[in-house]
Amino acid sequence: MIQIKQLVKKYSSRQGNVIALDNVSLNIVQGSIYGIIGLSGAGKSTLVRCLNLLEKPTSGHIIVAGQDLPQLSGKELRQARQKIGMIFQHFYLLQSRTVAENIAFPLEIAGQSKKEISIRVKELLHLVGLEDKAGVYPGQLSGGQKQRVGIARALATKPQVLLCDEATSALDPQTTLSILNLLRDINQKLGLTIVMITHEMKVVKEICTDVAVIHEARIVENGPVESVFIRPQSDIARQFISTVFPNELPADLLKELATHRDSEIVRIQFLGSRASDPIITDLLRTCDVRANILYGSIDHLRSTLFGTLTIELLGNPEQLKAAHRYMESRELNVEVIHREL
Amino acid sequence: MSFELTPLLQLITPAVGETLYMVAVSTVLAYLLGLPLGIILVVTSPGHILPNPWVERILGTIINILRSAPFIILLVALIPFTRSIIGTSIGTTAAIVPLVISAAPFVARVVESSLKEVPYGVIEAALSMGASPRQIIQKVLLPEAKASLILGVAITTISVIGYTAMAGTVGGGGLGDLAIQYGYNRFRTDIMIITVVILVVIVQFIQSLGTTLARKLTH
Repeated sequence: MIQIKQLVKKYSSRQGNVIALDNVSLNIVQGSIYGIIGLSGAGKSTLVRCLNLLEKPTSGHIIVAGQDLPQLSGKELRQARQKIGMIFQHFYLLQSRTVAENIAFPLEIAGQSKKEISIRVKELLHLVGLEDKAGVYPGQLSGGQKQRVGIARALATKPQVLLCDEATSALDPQTTLSILNLLRDINQKLGLTIVMITHEMKVVKEICTDVAVIHEARIVENGPVESVFIRPQSDIARQFISTVFPNELPADLLKELATHRDSEIVRIQFLGSRASDPIITDLLRTCDVRANILYGSIDHLRSTLFGTLTIELLGNPEQLKAAHRYMESRELNVEVIHREL
Repeated sequence: MSFELTPLLQLITPAVGETLYMVAVSTVLAYLLGLPLGIILVVTSPGHILPNPWVERILGTIINILRSAPFIILLVALIPFTRSIIGTSIGTTAAIVPLVISAAPFVARVVESSLKEVPYGVIEAALSMGASPRQIIQKVLLPEAKASLILGVAITTISVIGYTAMAGTVGGGGLGDLAIQYGYNRFRTDIMIITVVILVVIVQFIQSLGTTLARKLTH
């Protein structure tokens, strides 16, 4: 649905050129919820703003629904933008218009008739659950309600793509969840492709199917959410993951454990049905090792279970080797944190 | 008492009429000129929807030059220009020409500052929906700045009232002229007080009207 090829964005300032995006290439398939995560200043906002050309790229291709946006004329671009919805961190609703009039705005721009507009506005108010707020001005709405209006407005012209620029960053945790659920519903109901820019891994964990990690103007890592969470390749990805699945052991404990002989500390991660298998019992029975459970958590990645278990295995080198063979045979993802033999 | 009031009223009533006529016509014409200029100043500024440094700079300079000329000088300097469009350089209607020329650049700046209050994010949101520059001006900039624009109209009108006091120089009449001719030159304190009171009432009325309207338009 969206292909980004060799995208470069430079800003010139008095201090010289600043590279905001350095040769970024991404392929976002239709129907996915694609998370782009990065620290502030990493270039993620510039990237999403390039996807509807609010920001003009220095070079590269941005192909949305078959059209290379930088090649389009002014009028063609305006038409292409009607098929790309966007929502913002600070909502940017028109204060002089009611909720219904705000949702009608993109339809007026697209030149639809009053009758068509009023039918569509009703559908959208229902979709985002704001039927009772049609005549209210944005000034009287809560943050979550404002973002619902933003979503309804972005979907009015039935776009194929929805861009979310930190759409939940100004909301409290509960409202964030309700907005994310709404976005997931819309993605499933309408088959809409959603691109989400965020600095919160929580958002990626809740709804994204794919994720790209952007750091210092480059994509350092990307892929399906499960594989990035289980086998992060970059430090920055590991840092982001630890914000939602904290699994660092306290330093004091590690020091104490280091005095144990014939032991190793391993982190085991498992996904989906594996999470409900009695792995540890089986491990202990088959391999004759002893285990000391240090840390465990079970959570979900979208709707799949995702578990982490940090244990200390005690046994002679042979026994430990056997334990590793067993875990491999069960297709568990194992990482050795510390080894003392 | 009544035989004293009648001649006073005969002096004041036409003066009030002349002031209101000059203020109303000048303000409307100043907006016809100044509103588009203010819009151009905003949309051509760097990073806005139609950035154009040359247009912005040249227009800005012309506006600054016109605004720095004292009104009394403009009034006299424009006499040939006024004669060429109205046919005469004397009288109430003739005074409107310099009033408009002086108020239009003021209006342009007032409109500019109102339109700049509209957060650029809202404009970007409209751009992201495929709005054209024309649609953004008509459907975003002007409606979103409506309350502030109305306060600007009140400010402009009140400034124009101040300028009309000098219209007497070209035979424009009005309350200001009356205050100078009778109240000051002929030591008629009663006329001076009455004209000032009337002016205070008019200014108060316009300002409260503006404030009330602006408040009603703020949601």
